[in-house]
Amino acid sequence: MNILVFTESAEGKIKKTSLEAVAFAHAMGGNVSAIAIGQVEQAELENLGKYGATRVLHAADEKLNQGVIQAYAAVLAKAFQDEQADVLVLADSSLGTPVGARVAAKLDASLASNVVQLPDTSSGFVVKRSIYTGKAFANVSLTKSKKVIGIKKNAAEVKEVGSPASVTAFQASLSAADFSTTITSSEKATGEVLLPEANIVVSGGRGMKGPEHWGAIEELAKTLGAATGCSKPVSDMGWRPHHEHVGQTGVKVAPQLYIAIGISGAIQHLAGVNSSKCIVVINKDADAPFFKAADYGIVGDAFDILPKLNEAIKAAR
Amino acid sequence: MKILVCISHVPDTTSKINFTDNNTKFDTNGVQFIIGPYDDYALARAVELKEASGATITVLNVGLADTEPTIRKALAIGADDAIRVNAEPTDSFFVASQIAAQAKGGGYDLILMGRESIDYNSGAVHGIVGEMLGIPSVSPVMKLEIEGVKAKLAREIEGGKEYLEVSLPFVAGCQEPIAEWKIPNMRGIMSARTKPLKVVEPVATDSGVRLEKFELPPAKGAVKMIAADNVVELVTLLKNEAKVL
Ligand SMILES: Cc1cc2nc3c(=O)[nH]c(=O)nc-3n(C[C@H](O)[C@H](O)[C@H](O)COP(=O)(O)OP(=O)(O)OC[C@H]3O[C@@H](n4cnc5c(N)ncnc54)[C@H](O)[C@@H]3O)c2cc1C
Ligand SMILES: Nc1ncnc2c1ncn2[C@@H]1O[C@H](COP(=O)(O)O)[C@@H](O)[C@H]1O
Repeated sequence: MNILVFTESAEGKIKKTSLEAVAFAHAMGGNVSAIAIGQVEQAELENLGKYGATRVLHAADEKLNQGVIQAYAAVLAKAFQDEQADVLVLADSSLGTPVGARVAAKLDASLASNVVQLPDTSSGFVVKRSIYTGKAFANVSLTKSKKVIGIKKNAAEVKEVGSPASVTAFQASLSAADFSTTITSSEKATGEVLLPEANIVVSGGRGMKGPEHWGAIEELAKTLGAATGCSKPVSDMGWRPHHEHVGQTGVKVAPQLYIAIGISGAIQHLAGVNSSKCIVVINKDADAPFFKAADYGIVGDAFDILPKLNEAIKAAR
Repeated sequence: MKILVCISHVPDTTSKINFTDNNTKFDTNGVQFIIGPYDDYALARAVELKEASGATITVLNVGLADTEPTIRKALAIGADDAIRVNAEPTDSFFVASQIAAQAKGGGYDLILMGRESIDYNSGAVHGIVGEMLGIPSVSPVMKLEIEGVKAKLAREIEGGKEYLEVSLPFVAGCQEPIAEWKIPNMRGIMSARTKPLKVVEPVATDSGVRLEKFELPPAKGAVKMIAADNVVELVTLLKNEAKVL
């Protein structure tokens, strides 16, 4: 089996979720080639070898420095053919998922996104995907000879299994039509831990009373090296930016630890957090539904508990 | 301007999910169905565009006859006519093939969808349709302004936003805050009853995806409560028991 992995980067570094995609491909067995698109540091490319890629391709065309969905899909479809790949693996993301869909259509491949574990190849090729916003799973057979799979965070564990690989330049023949969308500018939080990729998330709800109280959440997040999140009303009211909104209609997170403070635990919020390994709930109402979905809970006033928790974690680390 | 809005018919976001027939069928017992929440944003934006500068809106659903109340609701919200492709929506590739077949030659300037359905959560239909029609697809779109033959969009990316320009026609997968959800008014509900709803048969396609079995996640263990004056114990448990610190 020949596997091609699309590795996404941000600010020259390969994303952690893409390292998981390489690890996932390696664990599937077979020949793993990784491809990176746009500007990426040379050492980052070579290091993909450590996580299981035997070949690393780099499409460095300047025009590809921005993530244009159609252009990226064209590059990946060409690489898939050149590498005689059977499967394309990528990490689901705001870029990876829409790109994967177009690649699958270009190649006439079977497509599955949201895949949570290694495929079962004992008879055919069966993947387990998360559906109903984390409330269930579907095991589906991918029956075409070519396959595209998008994996969810934590579908594989990143491990060093090899040594740095050499990098081959990859030339894709791109047409003007591939660039018919133009990215004119972007705004991006830098230096912060990004919510969809975070190992720990500290999240606040309407119980925090107002944006002026977010300092305590940010303090705790800083101590933990965590990302900050919030419930939908909090972003609707403009207390926090939209990209922090967690849930059914927001970001779906899958951290090791999710700490929910002053969030009631509406089912739509839970839908975004049910892939978390461990959930801590702090709420002054003992009957808040979130406690039913939690591993650990404290009934009490957030304004009282947050500073104490912050101190206790500082002391323990 | 002609706008096509593709809507899924999905369980209400508060639904408990269960399966029947040896875990091969979704159990609709006691489940309320709604327009997919993201598709509802797409529809709302279409209605705003229509109100601002005139447009006709066609809604399209791939589904069996039981989806018609959901389609009527979209008509009540402001769509002008509807198409139902009479087939069970088995997977994103199948649905996209049906949408592409209907859109081809339809002369739509804009095809709006949700960023993802809340049953399959694939986030794929818009991309596949874009590819099949040979036009751009952009998702997840949180802002959409039409300026003549061009559109200005904002797309949500991890930790931020990206601003784009694209020429019509294109496909967009929408999400908030692109528009406010619209609630149908009495006049809308009355007029929806007589708006045209065309039923067409599906085109044949091999999606290459076959369901084997559904599965529910394992039940969650009981929560461990810790006294509010004992946060140190919480930290100890997170460290030594849960091993997440
Ligand atoms: C279609 C649809 C989609 C939706 N999608 C989402 C989504 O993606 N994400 C989402 O979050 N919501 C979503 N919602 C909204 C959801 O139903 C809830 O309304 C929302 O999650 C509630 O937010 P909250 O918990 O912050 O506020 P509330 O429900 O108001 O809860 C506030 C909580 O704070 C507690 N509290 C108050 N003061 C304190 C204090 N001093 N210390 C500790 N605790 C305190 C209260 O006991 C209460 O439990 C959606 C709704 C619909 C209909
Ligand atoms: N059965 C359907 N009929 C019409 N449109 C659909 C259907 N299923 C999904 N869509 C549209 O495609 C979008 C993406 O769906 P998905 O790829 O399943 O996540 C949805 O938000 C809808 O706008």
